[in-house]
Amino acid sequence: MSSSFTDRLLGRVRLGGLLGLAAPLLAIVFAGLVTSIILQLTGNPPFETMKLLADYGAQPRTIVMIINLATTYYISALAVAIGFRMNLFNIGVDGQYRLAALVAAAVGGALVLPAPLHVGVTILVAVAVGGLWASIAGLLKVTRGVSEVISTIMLNAIATGFGAWLLTTDRLAVAVSGSNNIGTKPIPPSGQFPGFGLIPGTQAKVFGFVVVAALLGLAYHILFNWTRFGFDLRATGKSESAAVASGVNVRKMVLLTMVLSGAAAGLVGMPQLLGASYSYSLDFPTGLGFTGIAIALLGRNNPVGIAIGALLWSFLDNSSDILDLEGIPKEIVIIMQGTIVLSVIVAYELVHRYRLAAEQRRVSRELSAGASAPEGVAA
Amino acid sequence: MEEAAISTSTSSDTVAEPAVELEGITKRFPGVVANRDIRLSVRRGQVHAIVGENGAGKSTLMKILYGMQRPDGGEIRVNGAPVGFRTPGDAIAAGIGMVHQHFMLADNLTVLENIILGSEPRRRGIGIDFGAARRKIKEISDAYGLGVGPDTLVQDLGVGARQRVEILKVLYRGARILILDEPTAVLVPQEVDELFDNLRGLVRQGLTIIFISHKLDEVLSVADAITVIRRGTTVASVDPKDVTARQLAELMVGSELPSPETRESTVTADVALAVRNLTVRGAEGRAVVEDVSFDIHKGEVLGIAGVEGNGQAELVEAIMGMRPADGVITLGDADVSGWSTLRRREGGIGYIPEDRQRHGLLLEAPLWENRILGHQTRKPNVKGPWIDRTGARADTRRIIEEYDVRTPGIDVDAAALSGGNQQKLIVGREMSGDPVVLIASHPTRGVDVGAQAAIWDHLRAARAAGLAVLLISADLDELIGLSDSLKVILRGRMVADVDPSDVTPERLGSAMTGAGEEA
Ligand SMILES: Nc1ncnc2c1ncn2[C@@H]1O[C@H](COP(=O)(O)OP(=O)(O)OP(=O)(O)O)[C@@H](O)[C@H]1O
Ligand SMILES: [Mg+2]
Repeated sequence: MSSSFTDRLLGRVRLGGLLGLAAPLLAIVFAGLVTSIILQLTGNPPFETMKLLADYGAQPRTIVMIINLATTYYISALAVAIGFRMNLFNIGVDGQYRLAALVAAAVGGALVLPAPLHVGVTILVAVAVGGLWASIAGLLKVTRGVSEVISTIMLNAIATGFGAWLLTTDRLAVAVSGSNNIGTKPIPPSGQFPGFGLIPGTQAKVFGFVVVAALLGLAYHILFNWTRFGFDLRATGKSESAAVASGVNVRKMVLLTMVLSGAAAGLVGMPQLLGASYSYSLDFPTGLGFTGIAIALLGRNNPVGIAIGALLWSFLDNSSDILDLEGIPKEIVIIMQGTIVLSVIVAYELVHRYRLAAEQRRVSRELSAGASAPEGVAA
Repeated sequence: MEEAAISTSTSSDTVAEPAVELEGITKRFPGVVANRDIRLSVRRGQVHAIVGENGAGKSTLMKILYGMQRPDGGEIRVNGAPVGFRTPGDAIAAGIGMVHQHFMLADNLTVLENIILGSEPRRRGIGIDFGAARRKIKEISDAYGLGVGPDTLVQDLGVGARQRVEILKVLYRGARILILDEPTAVLVPQEVDELFDNLRGLVRQGLTIIFISHKLDEVLSVADAITVIRRGTTVASVDPKDVTARQLAELMVGSELPSPETRESTVTADVALAVRNLTVRGAEGRAVVEDVSFDIHKGEVLGIAGVEGNGQAELVEAIMGMRPADGVITLGDADVSGWSTLRRREGGIGYIPEDRQRHGLLLEAPLWENRILGHQTRKPNVKGPWIDRTGARADTRRIIEEYDVRTPGIDVDAAALSGGNQQKLIVGREMSGDPVVLIASHPTRGVDVGAQAAIWDHLRAARAAGLAVLLISADLDELIGLSDSLKVILRGRMVADVDPSDVTPERLGSAMTGAGEEA
């Protein structure tokens, strides 16, 4: 038996060295090709369109926007990936982050505290709410055997309703001045996460939260590769029966993983909340959790891969604005994103097969060179 | 190749054309040549045995014949016609069926569902005709005495019963050429006899059987022809009438047949593991282990003899804390009945599970990570909450060295190891870190005679140093030879105590079926 398709899909089977790089590159080239064909068919010049996207994406202001949105995507994809590593499909990142951001915004807006503490408490509240909300799905799975896919989808719907109920002027919301929007009371400066002017040539600031996101990626890597907990988690993902026999308490792991995934999801809304809007209002971004699923797949649950995936996704999202101005439907970008995810899956499959074939050729070359030296078992 | 003592040409006087002919088969894996220029000719209506040490390439060759793997070179002829199978489906269509060394059944489906999976009988082209399937299964099952209930969940079956389901599945699909990869590894002698009777019946009806086993006596008694594979290539084809088990072993590995004798006793007065009134209930509330009590002293091997499926698996899982049970289990001075599996392992219980791939390994993880499995809280694998890669990797190399695990390296996945080498890795791992008690289910299952001797030596050495062993094995010679005391388990109860120094496999065998309860 060789590795199963799902294992390769979720990146549980590693590809070493340059080949690990070849797959995503192949995928992007392929996706570019497909998009070009579509552009051609719809009567838009493919090369010029691509150039338009690239040029616009390379402008300082757009770069800042790309990094900022990618920060959010990155955290969302990490949250999804935590579950993936253990075969848990947390579809509920979306509901988890929206609820977490709403409650955190309300708390942050109500508090009066010195700066670092204020930010810290707000973030903690978000993490706690995200974790708690996800733990419902975890508990249902552990005690009742309810599939987390089903329960998290339901919980998304409930979070939407619950959020709408909370975000009324009788409860957590106030009217936003000068519009008919409503939102939580704005977080005062002491609770805001300062950004910094990283990119020259623009006033726009990069979210300070990008640092937190990077640290989160590092923590993710360390957790899975260097800790006992991460080992148990991966072992459970690979073979539940073997994990049980090895002494892993699988129920506890399911619950903990779900909580961890939800806690990370709680952070998804933070860059936006603490770095830009300072309030959770009706137009707070939605759907980030679903984008996270696509990016986790794209990055194959690897923190660096996810970072690249998030940047790419964000680049496409941001630079698509220019297409509208040029009269090209910006939906072309959505097609591109979809193609990329699909091509990544196909490309990894191809590279895998190539690797196998290449290694076998290598063995046979060594064999014919060394006559009958390494029989049966070799080096 | 020339060193083969008793070498004959591969094809003897062919009256009818051979059922299967393999010529020049070569198969490479990363870092390993599994098959190299293999030649094999199997005559119709014969039982053809293939023997060879662990990792010799037997399973790989059979997977090639069954269309699961593509050879890098060579030709396959079935009934005289060249074939090129791309999938097992092609092989099945050509009348070839295979029972794998490791079970391939879906746990959460019933026996019936497993058997018809992939070849469901259709009623008017749409709905599955369960009635027809049930009838046919019953027919085959009765005809060959395979006695398996079609509606049991596979996860509730013991290894012996799973084996029979696998065979049933192959027969159900109308195979005329049967490949059996170590079908007897976990069967006790009576079951083996039954299986062989079945096989002879099949052969009389003109079926052809290719049979892999490490139990050379069995091979000699059932096979009509034997091919020996060494390091990926055929080194001899012999007639079972002309060789002894000893000669066969020498052909395979160049070493003598080992014996599991241990007569000098190392049993001490200290009780290492005490089990009192242990009762385990199955899914329907019926007791599958009932009121079992025993002590194992330091330096003692307690053997449990019994036909597979009489509660051994449940007993072991209860002792490991993987299955709820009533009763008291004491490890040294501590009552561990309420402890989790992890705590029991930390307390010094080593565990060699009966199904290595389900309970003993992460197939898709490298060997060094498999070294950590089950020992993820202990040195040299961890430092506090951190995984100690250097420590774990170094210790994996030690195990590979000491237990002669044949592998290209410690970074290959466990799935790439041959069955016997996977077993050696697990034994090496569970003997690490000085366990106080070792729960060993079929510790030498699927390992070749040379490696078996090595594992016995390791067990004896550890026993002399004070290890207490609970030994469950279908190999009665191993059981009698290694055990200081023996108990017979039947329908979940301990029905007899047997003195291993004064019992023959035959007498033990009849005690196991309840025939000799006075023993
Ligand atoms: N999927 C695989 N990937 C890489 N190497 C493999 C794979 N399958 C088998 N091998 C290697 O091929 C060789 C032959 O393995 P095979 O399983 O055929 O041995 P075997 O004769 O059946 O041994 P055993 O008696 O232990 O079952 C071994 O060295 C093994 O490590
Ligand atoms: Mg094998």
